[in-house]
Amino acid sequence: MIDIKDIVKPENLVFKKSRILTDNPMHYCPGCSHGVVHNLIAEIIEEMDIQDNVIGVAPVGCSVLAYNYIDIDWHEAAHGRAPALATGIKRLMPEKFVFTYQGDGDLAAIGTAETIHACNRGENITIVFINNGIYGMTGGQMAPTTLEGMVASTCPSGREHTRDGYPIKITELLAQLPGTCYVTRQAVHTAGSVRKTKKALRKAFENQTRNRGTSIVEVVSTCNSGWKMSPVKANDWMVENMFPFYPLGDLKDE
Amino acid sequence: MRELKLMKGNEAIAEAAVRYGVDGYFGYPITPQSEVMETLMAMRPWETTGMVILQAESEVASINMLYGGAGSGKRVMTSSSSPGISLMQEGISYIAGAELPCVIVNVVRGGPGLGTIQPSQSDYFQAVKGGGHGDYKLIVLAPSSVQEMADFVGLAFDLAFKYRNPAMILSDGVIGQMMEKVEFDEYKPRWTREEIIAKNPWAATGKPSSRERNIITSLHLQAVDQEKQNIKLQAKYKEIQEKEVRYETYLCDDAEYLIVAFGSSARISKKSVEIAREKGVKVGLLRPITLFPFPYKEIGAYTDQVKGILTVEMNAGQMVEDVKLAVEGRVKVEHYGRMGGMISSPDEVENALKELIIGG
Repeated sequence: MIDIKDIVKPENLVFKKSRILTDNPMHYCPGCSHGVVHNLIAEIIEEMDIQDNVIGVAPVGCSVLAYNYIDIDWHEAAHGRAPALATGIKRLMPEKFVFTYQGDGDLAAIGTAETIHACNRGENITIVFINNGIYGMTGGQMAPTTLEGMVASTCPSGREHTRDGYPIKITELLAQLPGTCYVTRQAVHTAGSVRKTKKALRKAFENQTRNRGTSIVEVVSTCNSGWKMSPVKANDWMVENMFPFYPLGDLKDE
Repeated sequence: MRELKLMKGNEAIAEAAVRYGVDGYFGYPITPQSEVMETLMAMRPWETTGMVILQAESEVASINMLYGGAGSGKRVMTSSSSPGISLMQEGISYIAGAELPCVIVNVVRGGPGLGTIQPSQSDYFQAVKGGGHGDYKLIVLAPSSVQEMADFVGLAFDLAFKYRNPAMILSDGVIGQMMEKVEFDEYKPRWTREEIIAKNPWAATGKPSSRERNIITSLHLQAVDQEKQNIKLQAKYKEIQEKEVRYETYLCDDAEYLIVAFGSSARISKKSVEIAREKGVKVGLLRPITLFPFPYKEIGAYTDQVKGILTVEMNAGQMVEDVKLAVEGRVKVEHYGRMGGMISSPDEVENALKELIIGG
């Protein structure tokens, strides 16, 4: 019989977790996109060799505990205020890489003013924006990016624009601002899309050395718990419903 | 050598900040304190000391820029006036929870609501009792002259870093707008990167392999951890109460009556003391300089000596509650105050003393 010890050998290693990712078990639900994006950020920090030179700003939302998983210095923001914190940090330490990690409620509802004005000033930071169209942490309420007709606990019969307003394409809006230099929308539901997102994130981080303005990477994501779907079904639903409204690709690359 | 200048209280804040080696100022215009940022921008300190000045899109943003900046271990400050300070309360609570040093200047105007642009002291409760959510305290300094506006910038930073706690300079539209001569210290250099890391090992400056990651947060999801943090904060506030009380007395040695007043009310009351003394009434003035920590013990000590205490404030009676706590019912305490931007005259105060304390 083959023993596990015979398989786990250095010569058989084809993949390992980044050393920048801590050993803390992640609290995210199975199927959630956060873990994949965390891993990509950790890999980029390792590959760029900037662990001692990067400060992350964590949001309020499911990724409020992002600082438990990526082994760098972190600053936990109030809900929506991450771009303002990042502004303060980057202005005082322009030599550091500074990024925010925000969900849709954080970035596109309560933090709209901070997001728009940080981008409009062209703050030399990277914004990672997880858009899953729902409030995951508080239990599945309507988000600013919830699609019309999509069910959430505060729009149980589906979002209706006459009552709830329209889903906001905040990323398109940010691409209009002269302060942004790179605005892209990606996903992490397939191996190919994960690779593309990693490339986008790497470019968004590297842009900070060019001092050209704000870089934004939106990741259209699933929330299978909030959507009440299996991980596989949630991915299919995202492709069918989210992608037509939030199409993937670069919106701006200067 | 100290340099002598004639300037407004608001301008003195700005001048003192640059001279003290402050690293960053983030603010949003509001009357009656807009001269602070205007003066800083005119000084162009980014070309001399390297100080960063940024006009934010709101007070919500400026306090959060301060939160981020403070996490880097640098000396950062903001200034605003009452409605703007209300908007900052969320950020102030987070900064207090995360135990970061910074300085917030409130040049108080009359409220509630949009209120008036005229001077007031009606933000006393907000400043000393919390203001934002959760159990926390700010270190609160109350200047009563343009000189103190300048001097308290450095003092506020020293205390803020000593205790890793936000400090507030609680001024008002009188002190902010009036011009007086003021002496300044020579320019101090800003801290170097090495000094910052040595003085503030907790700062999020980028994680070297030699230490664990630094996480600036006020989040403690488990109740048992949050209570631990609360106990730690309360112990710190107790230490500040024991060690950092500052106050000034004027003609208190033989006083039979006491006026307690802070900021510009104390200046007016000083004149009232002189008027009363000319009429043969032995009155003294006690001016709390720190509003938190409040001089409870020091005021309480006068209960064996004086027959009554009058508090004079530009509000409906806020500090009077702390004075009552200090004397624990042993002598009569009354409040006299004008509101909505109105300022008492020295005669009015002297009259109030006669009517409410001596004759009452």
